[in-house]
Amino acid sequence: MLSTDTTRPRDRWASGVTPYAEMGYFDPDYEPRDSDILAAFRITPQPGVDAVEAAAAVAGESSTATWTVVWTDRLTDYRHYQAKAYEVTPVPGRDGEYLAKIAYDLDLFEEGSIANMTSSIIGNVFGFKALRALRLEDLRIPPHYVKTFQGPPHGIVMEREYLDKFGRPLLGATVKPKLGLSAKNYGRVVYEALRGGLDFTKDDENINSQPFMRWRDRFLYSIEGVSRASAASGEVKGHYMNVTAATMEDMYERAEFAKEIGSVIIMMDLTVGYTAMQSMSRWARRNGMILHLHRAGHGTYTRQKSHGVSFRVIAKWCRLLGVDHLHAGTVVGKLEGDPAMIAGYYDTLRLDRVPANPEHGIYFDQDWCSLPAVMPVASGGIHAGQMHQLLRHLGEDVILQFGGGTIGHPMGIAAGATANRVAVEAMIQARNEGRDYFQEGPDILEHAARGCPELDAALQVWKDVTLG
Amino acid sequence: MRVTQGTFSFLPDFSDEQIVAQIRYGLDHGWSMSVEYTDDPHPRNAYWEMWGQPLFDLGVSESDVVLREVRACREAHPGSYVKLIAYDSSRGRQTTALSFIVNRPARETAFALERADVHDRVVRYRLASSR
Repeated sequence: MLSTDTTRPRDRWASGVTPYAEMGYFDPDYEPRDSDILAAFRITPQPGVDAVEAAAAVAGESSTATWTVVWTDRLTDYRHYQAKAYEVTPVPGRDGEYLAKIAYDLDLFEEGSIANMTSSIIGNVFGFKALRALRLEDLRIPPHYVKTFQGPPHGIVMEREYLDKFGRPLLGATVKPKLGLSAKNYGRVVYEALRGGLDFTKDDENINSQPFMRWRDRFLYSIEGVSRASAASGEVKGHYMNVTAATMEDMYERAEFAKEIGSVIIMMDLTVGYTAMQSMSRWARRNGMILHLHRAGHGTYTRQKSHGVSFRVIAKWCRLLGVDHLHAGTVVGKLEGDPAMIAGYYDTLRLDRVPANPEHGIYFDQDWCSLPAVMPVASGGIHAGQMHQLLRHLGEDVILQFGGGTIGHPMGIAAGATANRVAVEAMIQARNEGRDYFQEGPDILEHAARGCPELDAALQVWKDVTLG
Repeated sequence: MRVTQGTFSFLPDFSDEQIVAQIRYGLDHGWSMSVEYTDDPHPRNAYWEMWGQPLFDLGVSESDVVLREVRACREAHPGSYVKLIAYDSSRGRQTTALSFIVNRPARETAFALERADVHDRVVRYRLASSR
């Protein structure tokens, strides 16, 4: 614990610039209340800047402070509204980095508004000159605030009951190529992948309504593919229809159309913003539509180790504002992510009580108070031959999306889908039978492939492929 | 066509021994087990007929009790779809944990896709069951 510099005491209300720590934004004796929102920031002060003062500055600028003393503070119970940095500790093994924990009184936040929470906590502090870098690692959202949200429109339990699919990961594929297909060709991919055995197909994040394929045409051909595949299998199937658009009016129009033609699911991109997402969440609940969220753009602020916002914070915001699906990493695919960190994301989305676990990047206990769980989505560079690894790392409540791993199959799209479905069912069977499916995974797959030429071909093509 | 609802429909139909292995997995988790059957496996048919009450409180070694019910239901309804369901009553789940088909009719149900033009290229789809 570092102590604040108290060598220069001055009148709290003297005009001019007073260090934030001296204005009350650092309080090592503060005991967080159960109803406080707590934040863990990784702080890298500029050379010569005191870590405690840097932490206090973050607390100040993310709550009541401005750069100079203002007498109008005295018209308020300012101590109540000040955020307090209550713990500042050096990060072991990371020279110049500190972990600062900051407590915010609940009164600082509007009920049920992620836009407000984000504007408060990350709105004004990330460009601070006194900091070389700043990263929001984690948040503790107290039950008092959680209960101002309804969360996912359906959640994992309701989605599984709606789809009538239990006991195994769900399977999906993103239609490829992402751009350029005509609507009729696009619907062909949907039909083939779904009739072959996938549960879902998906628009990619950047397929909205371009000149080569307008959204309405895509939706119509896709639902034809979905309906045909449903008839051919007796299963509920879906295609995530991307309603991302320039305005909310456009998004509502596309969502209403998806509902009219009978789609069970729509999707949107993180790029539309928190307010738009929360509006679509409300729409999805009112209209019985499963809502998938693609985390488009998150890498711009989640990837740097010392600056930005951790994805686990984004995951918390998204669970609160309410999405049914959220991309959360694959461990073994083409996108970055170590297993411990990804386990932290998955826990955040799926568990009701998430215990603090610094090894997984989780700094606080989080109680979701029965808020429905979000189905994590694993997408990007994965294939049937990795099924044992995927099941081990990601568990059963997950959507495994094999885009290239379905559409790139040498025997065709439906065959690629069948390979994935047989692989997942065989792995679940083996796990349930008590076999060491992780060690025996390749044998289990090979055995299943003996009765399934589609899986056999997939295993041959992608046998030794591990992206990363 | 093969109705591919359930956890294991893309695998060859399970032997009784394989079914027992899945029952053990469910009992080991403390899940209750139940058997349901239907002649109408429409994907929106949420309520298949219950073959008696769900079996609660069975010990891990009592998988034969469940298998007996599976066999009895099959014998009584050989031309129906029969599924075995493991149910997880723990808080936060309170839903089906595992559900797979353990009997199929010799001639499976097929679904005809009926289309009606509504307006502006919008088609109203309807799945109709037929044997």
